[in-house]
Amino acid sequence: MSTKEYPAIWLQCAGCTGCSVSVLNAVSPSVKNLLVDEVLPGSHINLRFHPTVMAGAGEPVLEVMIDTSREKKGGYILIVEGAIPTAKDGIYGVIGEKDGKPRTMKSWVETLAKDALAVVGLGSCAAFGGIPAAAPNPTQCCGVGEILRAKGINTPLVNIPGCPPHPDWFVGTVASILLFGLPRPEDLDEYKRPKAFYGQTIHENCPRRAYYDENKFAKKFGDPGCNYELGCRGPITHADCPVRLWNGKVNWCVGGGATCIGCTEPGFFDIAPLYQKVSQAVLPEEV
Amino acid sequence: MGQIVIDPVTRIEGHLKVEAVVDRGVVKEVKSSGMLFRGLELILRGRDPRDAQQITQRICGVCPTSHSIAAALNLDSAFGIADKIPDNGRIIRNLILGAAQIADHVLHFYHLTALDYVDVARLAKYSGNNPVLSSIKSFIARGELGPFVPRYEGDYRLPDEVNERVVAHYVAAFDMRRRGQEMLTLFGCKMPHNVGVVPGGVASVPSVDNMTSFLWRLREFQEFVDSIYLPDVLAVAQVYSDYFEIGRGCGNLLAYGSYELDGKEADLTKRKRFFKSGTTSSDLKFNELDQSKITEEVKHSWYADSISGRHPSQGDIVLDEGKKGAYSWLKSPRYDGMVFEVGPLARIMVNYASGNVKVKSLVDSVLSQADLKPKAMFSVMGRHLARALETKLIADAMTDWLLQLKPGEPAYIDYELPKEATGMGLLDASRGALGHWIEVKEGKIANYQVITPSTWNVSPRDDKNQPGPLEQAIIGTKIKDEANPFEIVRIVRSFDPCLACSIHLLTPKGHDLGRFRVC
Repeated sequence: MSTKEYPAIWLQCAGCTGCSVSVLNAVSPSVKNLLVDEVLPGSHINLRFHPTVMAGAGEPVLEVMIDTSREKKGGYILIVEGAIPTAKDGIYGVIGEKDGKPRTMKSWVETLAKDALAVVGLGSCAAFGGIPAAAPNPTQCCGVGEILRAKGINTPLVNIPGCPPHPDWFVGTVASILLFGLPRPEDLDEYKRPKAFYGQTIHENCPRRAYYDENKFAKKFGDPGCNYELGCRGPITHADCPVRLWNGKVNWCVGGGATCIGCTEPGFFDIAPLYQKVSQAVLPEEV
Repeated sequence: MGQIVIDPVTRIEGHLKVEAVVDRGVVKEVKSSGMLFRGLELILRGRDPRDAQQITQRICGVCPTSHSIAAALNLDSAFGIADKIPDNGRIIRNLILGAAQIADHVLHFYHLTALDYVDVARLAKYSGNNPVLSSIKSFIARGELGPFVPRYEGDYRLPDEVNERVVAHYVAAFDMRRRGQEMLTLFGCKMPHNVGVVPGGVASVPSVDNMTSFLWRLREFQEFVDSIYLPDVLAVAQVYSDYFEIGRGCGNLLAYGSYELDGKEADLTKRKRFFKSGTTSSDLKFNELDQSKITEEVKHSWYADSISGRHPSQGDIVLDEGKKGAYSWLKSPRYDGMVFEVGPLARIMVNYASGNVKVKSLVDSVLSQADLKPKAMFSVMGRHLARALETKLIADAMTDWLLQLKPGEPAYIDYELPKEATGMGLLDASRGALGHWIEVKEGKIANYQVITPSTWNVSPRDDKNQPGPLEQAIIGTKIKDEANPFEIVRIVRSFDPCLACSIHLLTPKGHDLGRFRVC
């Protein structure tokens, strides 16, 4: 059986590489399985461009991106990590040059998204702007969806937010595209997050939920009780962390005694100070 | 003579451009430029001081852990609790930092560096029965070689047997660095961007099962360091021994020190640390660190000259994007007006110079096996070797720290948020000296300044026009083959910079001779 190759371009914009590092933590499949093996029988992800992993450097690797967008028109997956700076036409973030002039991240995203099979906004920065877009958003950063809307680009978009996202959310989304094709509109929520991973709140599955229901709240770190009064965002945060667990399933934020900081939600750094009880005003009705 | 464009240099974190002027095959002049500005220090202003602990981790997803601990030290000092952190909290922070650093160094050697020296493509003719190497052979046979090509060609010198071994370890190292992150997560909750470290200590209370789980992952890691990582670095260094002469750098080294052995001293510059703070130079004379001599200069950075030369506690961000002569978003940190390199090499050699017995005997024994003098450490291979030796020193120290934990006892102390305060957090991160400074007014962050290790190492020229450490390491380098400038990318990566790079080689006058494709 011949192997179907899925070319992929992984573009890093205004981010911290944390999403890439998180995907390196994938367990089954491992990152070696993702890079080298048929990740599903008969399918291989051909990761042609990834700044932190690839062997090459310089102009030839930039040409790989351009060549892929031309030769594999409509057939490659564009993964964007990091937000896109838009102030002053994007000069706060550039990758390489075009015709002797710095080429902005914004221009790369516009060019590569146009002809992609699908765009994945990986991490909260690419999905919603994330940390660089936190107030006062000095470089006017935004998520990839906003760039697509502004340019009228209709390529299907899936957002996988999280700071960082869990590697399973990324691998599961990609595997789903390989097996079943692009997600249907009803598979995604209003922020284009796959409901399979973001369909419930942290609060709904939290092992400390019983404390909340009995009004037993921790007053400081290390206390037994629900961490809600320490600033936990579990009630307003959509993700399956309490059941999925992190890093080889050894722990997760509330499991280790800390608070959920709401990292899968738009604008999570601007909702309220992180270690302050979230006000009733921002809580959804049902809580 | 011609212009080569390497744009971007990959396998490093972030966005950086370096322009080098080459004359008759020798680099004459270099400019390194940070190419991404996010303004995190501006975002921090006006916020609850405690949020700095989460926000500053997002400076870097490769080494967020160091920022979390530098921020926690900074906030502890601002909140007046630096000498009150429970021992459990102090020790767990050490374990979290240690787990991060050993995982980071393994990632750096195998995943960010090795592809400059090993030849994955040669596995096409592999004839053995190692399943990992066979799967790579089938991958090559399928013909879609991304992300392993394109690449520079011509200087892959490892004998087949060593080459195959290191490629197999490239794959094994993925699992091992993940194991390091699991160790961290046992106490830090998740990685990257842990939520376990908080001002006042850590959020988790140690338990026997977490300690045991940590211990046996650590054991596995130590075996990997002793039987795989260190031998691989030495094997690569032996074949590429000319790289003990290349990329020497500025010759001045600075370390803040790391791993708190004493929680009762409020002034962290006086604390007993596993790695001591200090400076040294090629003469290997040890000097105590005086942090008041640190300044940040901006003559060649896109910031207003009015903020140049200040101590970071008085630092500011005033943008001046169009400034004449400026070429970077990075400022130029200097110590006593001089250029200093930071990182594992600095940590190892500062502690070597200060007479640390463990460090000295390990370094001397490895150097004597390779028939090298200590000055060989000031080089591309010296930096890789220092990183590997440091990994061993940290991994071997952690069992003792772990066994000092008292299960079930507090690792956190509560505190009052001050209305007005200043703080400082200094430590040695994976990539070198990391400093955080805060000023709190009316209970909010009035100013927050960070100097990262890569800002030291990749800094542009300063007010006296002295090139930064990376720039100095590239200047004078002979480029054997301008179409495949291995020397430059190998020097850049030896610093493990936290920035993605693009390198331009220009003619001495800077005029364009026309570009040609590098392939």
